[in-house]
Amino acid sequence: MAREITYRDALREALREEMDRDERVFLMGEDIGAYGGSYVVTRGFLEQYGRKRVRDTPISELAIVGLANGAAMGGLRPVVELMTINFSLLAMDQIVNHAAKIHYMFNRQISVPVVIRTASGWGQLGATHSQTFEAWYAHVPGLRVVMPATPKDAKGFLKSAIRGQDPVMFIEHSLIYRNRGEVPDGEYLLPLEGAEVRREGTDVTIVSWSRGYYLALGAAEELARDGIEAEVIDMRVLRPLDIDTVVRSVQKTNRLVIVEESWRTLGMGAEIAAAVQEHAFDYLDAPIARVGSVEVPMPYAKNLERLVIPGKDEVVAAVHELLRRDVAVAR
Amino acid sequence: MTTPDGRQTQGLTLGKDELLHLYRQMVQIRRFEERAAEQYAHGKIGGFLHLYIGEEAVAVGAISAKEPQDHVITHYRDHGYAVALGIDPRLLMAELFGRATGIVGGRGGSMHFADAERKFWGGYAIVAGHLPIAVGLALASQYLEQNYVVLCFFGDGATNNGAFHEALNFASLWKLPVLFICENNQYGMGTHVEYASAVPEMARKAAAYDIPAARVDGQDVLVMRDAVKQALDHCRAGHGPFFLEALTYRFRGHSMADPEAYRSKEEVEQRRREDPIIRFRDKLLAEGVTTAEELDQIDTEVDQQMDEAVRFADESPVPDPATLTEGVYAEPVAAR
Repeated sequence: MAREITYRDALREALREEMDRDERVFLMGEDIGAYGGSYVVTRGFLEQYGRKRVRDTPISELAIVGLANGAAMGGLRPVVELMTINFSLLAMDQIVNHAAKIHYMFNRQISVPVVIRTASGWGQLGATHSQTFEAWYAHVPGLRVVMPATPKDAKGFLKSAIRGQDPVMFIEHSLIYRNRGEVPDGEYLLPLEGAEVRREGTDVTIVSWSRGYYLALGAAEELARDGIEAEVIDMRVLRPLDIDTVVRSVQKTNRLVIVEESWRTLGMGAEIAAAVQEHAFDYLDAPIARVGSVEVPMPYAKNLERLVIPGKDEVVAAVHELLRRDVAVAR
Repeated sequence: MTTPDGRQTQGLTLGKDELLHLYRQMVQIRRFEERAAEQYAHGKIGGFLHLYIGEEAVAVGAISAKEPQDHVITHYRDHGYAVALGIDPRLLMAELFGRATGIVGGRGGSMHFADAERKFWGGYAIVAGHLPIAVGLALASQYLEQNYVVLCFFGDGATNNGAFHEALNFASLWKLPVLFICENNQYGMGTHVEYASAVPEMARKAAAYDIPAARVDGQDVLVMRDAVKQALDHCRAGHGPFFLEALTYRFRGHSMADPEAYRSKEEVEQRRREDPIIRFRDKLLAEGVTTAEELDQIDTEVDQQMDEAVRFADESPVPDPATLTEGVYAEPVAAR
């Protein structure tokens, strides 16, 4: 049995279930209480759970994460909300120099089971509010980085993240909170690992994650009308990165397009491409293609913004280009 | 509880055993650090080595005042607290040597001692980075009704960092049981406080967050102990954080690589005359608590203990290379 719910409601269910299960689970962040959360994920939680467990904080990202690290070390299960991933840069020291290091540096004596929820996204918000930094966090050993695309993953990952022993960067996306999808009835957990093949195909593999997955899927449907069958992989988890699933797909399709919303330079796509050519060099019939943002700070004007972020058309074009190269090589 | 003149002697209300224990711990720290400096010169210790020599009364006085359930977290100049907490010096010296038997298995080194069983959450090497963590530990105490206070040590340099101000605001806002102990040794690495802080009295910074504060003579172990006891009572009673500024001085350079061009030999010499160990020794003798022979005997025992620590470290195995990737995560990772 399954139900169809939104991505936002999936997160709300996960938080509720875990808060009901374990008194040590609490939420803290800017405007998550009385305001209900910048993206309305925690609306009603303050009324239901009270101020002890739903804690509005000052605008103080570094200390929000730092307190969560300490609270986790002290036996609590903090779930932090950083309003957007842009603001997480203010907490970078606590995430990278502390949460990610403490378990290893102190020889496994101390663990930091903290969950940092934050949102990627854009929408005429300008240069400092339209970025996504999953690649920065995925660079760091000691962090787990998840970026679910579907309501099912969002709920199952969040529950596992809260119960786990490691620090987790849980990256949502402001433009998919209203997306609907099936979730299983009753309780379920999903391990924080593994990419998933969501559409099978034979001609090309398109890899993405979070909102990018929907672009990839839309492109695949359009390509199917031209008789091109694309396999679509949702990476789901960016650290640890499941390269084996991508390699298996490329061994079948022999072509790979990676779609990311961020800048391509030193991005997730660069890492995936490098890893795939290490493991599947002989299977590639064309260079690996990357579709990403134009390398500028995000402009405000709507027409310019649209040029920066890739859309479905750019993904379709990239696949056609790749197949043309393929033909050219064959000649 | 303020002792503004900083020279006021406290009555010796402790028993002889306790007084001699404080003396022994201060000598242990001094001798541990002297041995560490020697071994660094011999190439047995690598990286950075920040010595606590001159500041012993702060750690010993403060830690002697805490209850067993209280937590401790500190900055990178962390050897003194570890010794004062009673951690076996052999394990600490082995850590400096980068050996498997070290307190954190050779993973952390000089700046990252920790002992979770003793609720010693470690030395942290990003200046002020551990202050928000200390406040989070205090949040756990309040949330879980654990009745412990977190003793959070840091230097004067940390008070100019944003993390300090964010942490103090949170601690006061949520009335959390954390005792901030600022060791004002006058220098943030090689920069004198007058070039680094618009406010030379660190305790005044606490006022911005409505946190009660006091300045105390950190070179007098009994003054320190007394001040910390009172401050802990305040925190434990649910009144929120307290801020203590301990006036102290570092006799050695910032680290072993420090040529100390930023201060004069005369200044250091003058401060050495206020050596906290000599002051305490003189006081114990003046008050007739003990004899010079008895104190010399303690010195000899500590010397032997530290010889043994060096021997133990030197004979210990290095970490097994096969363990290199163990412990990056607390739970296993399968995906490639």
